[in-house]
Amino acid sequence: MLELERASRHFGGVRAVDGLSLSVGEGEIVGLIGPNGSGKSTTVNLVTGLFPLTSGRILFRGADLAGVAVHRRLGFGIARTFQNIRLFGHLTVWQNLWVAQNAPEDRARRGFFARWLGGSAGVRREISELLEFAGLAARQDELAANLAFGEQRRLEVARALATRPKLLLLDEPAAGMNAEEVGQLRERILKLRVRGVTILLVEHVMELVMGVADRIVVLNFGQKIAEGTPAAIQADPVVRKAYLGGEAAG
Amino acid sequence: MDFYYGLAQIIGVHTLLGLSAYIVLLTGQVSLAQAGFFAIGAYAAGMLTVLFGWPIVPALAVGAILGAIVACAVGFPALRVRGLMLVIATLAFGEGVRLFFFNFDYQIARGDIKVGPLGGEGFRQIRYFPENGWTTFEVMLFIWAIVAIVMAVLWWFDRSRYGAVLRAVGEDEVAAQSVGINLTAVKVSAMTIGGAVAGVGGGLYAHYTTHIEHTSFNILVATFAIAYPIVGGLASVFGTLAAVVFVQGFLVEGLRFLGDWRNLLFGALIVLAMNLRPDGLVDARVLGRLARVFRGVRRA
Repeated sequence: MLELERASRHFGGVRAVDGLSLSVGEGEIVGLIGPNGSGKSTTVNLVTGLFPLTSGRILFRGADLAGVAVHRRLGFGIARTFQNIRLFGHLTVWQNLWVAQNAPEDRARRGFFARWLGGSAGVRREISELLEFAGLAARQDELAANLAFGEQRRLEVARALATRPKLLLLDEPAAGMNAEEVGQLRERILKLRVRGVTILLVEHVMELVMGVADRIVVLNFGQKIAEGTPAAIQADPVVRKAYLGGEAAG
Repeated sequence: MDFYYGLAQIIGVHTLLGLSAYIVLLTGQVSLAQAGFFAIGAYAAGMLTVLFGWPIVPALAVGAILGAIVACAVGFPALRVRGLMLVIATLAFGEGVRLFFFNFDYQIARGDIKVGPLGGEGFRQIRYFPENGWTTFEVMLFIWAIVAIVMAVLWWFDRSRYGAVLRAVGEDEVAAQSVGINLTAVKVSAMTIGGAVAGVGGGLYAHYTTHIEHTSFNILVATFAIAYPIVGGLASVFGTLAAVVFVQGFLVEGLRFLGDWRNLLFGALIVLAMNLRPDGLVDARVLGRLARVFRGVRRA
């Protein structure tokens, strides 16, 4: 579904992502891990188009994404969440989902004026269904800025789902969560797979990645240093070295 | 009484000017170009009634359309830059428009006098209202009918998905484009609507003052346009209206008895107002309270 072919992104002399080849198959959950600064978030920004590639290619279902504007990539079905939560704080919870309804399906179903200037009645049901999924139904009229941290993370996932993604890039969704919240997040990610959403999960919290990913890719200094099943990755000496220190992490 | 009608006219037209900046400000863009669109609407509508004998309503409509077209054309290049760069770019555009009208002559002989814009002399004798026997009161009603329509339309926009998208763009452009919002389209559309509103306001302004010149559209007017929605708050269109009443009704007219002290107090009171009400004169709490009052009245 998603193919990175020797994708690189350099910032001046820094090779944030350096010749990374990576593929995510339809329906898969792929974990992307690595120490701080290893290029995980940059990879997400490359796939969603916030940064242009320095070299290499990114293909989505065979189509080259080079030159496709950020907002158009949603039309392909690529959605994301942010490591540092970026909600529309002065909009209410359900308005955050309302503004995200830009999928081709939504555009085809409702006319231009109904979609932009019509009321919310026609879309309320879909939105409540997403709020139900995120466990935010009771908070729908609250301003997003007033939500608790865990709720904000859930709302961000729900907002990404409102764009009807086929591929969802989750950038450290468990950061700052307690063990119970991580458990709930894990349940939600598994439910997403049942809905047919493919997931690229960038994460630091090992218990989450190891628990849900089919396959894990390990980055260090912008390069892939290992790839395999969770069990294989846990046993990999190269990965252990990158995480636990030694000359690579120094 | 005519004094108050005249004041109401000023407040009405300045509300349109403020609302034209309000909708652009919702997307997070500070535009000092609104005085330029205001000028285009004023000259266009004035020329149509004076030189070509058009009735007022179609003349205003053309002023609005011209304002919208120019705003749309300016929007594409201008909105590629942000923050201070955008302020400078739109300021340059506004000054450009002003200088254009400073050098713009188009006069036609009407009897033994010549009418039409005459460069630095300005455009005198825009006498549609007196020639057609409108009283000051009627002109005021006409202006306020248009203000009411514009406010109703913008209020409706605000409550639709379009309004939510405008605010989303204003809050976080990266997040907005990451949920599929086309930033350029949204910003240019807001600029276009703002241009139309400013164009109507300018057309009305030209007709109630009967005399416009390039200095009527200087940087001070552009500053007022952006100051109204900022002082009034972005919670709703009523914030802008409240700010215009506060500035034009209270600070400019109400404090006239203070003489020269007024100018000193003017700035101080604006700073004070912004400190006491950091989210604007009409913030979300005031709106909530008003909504409750209305609901209570309906129930009673």
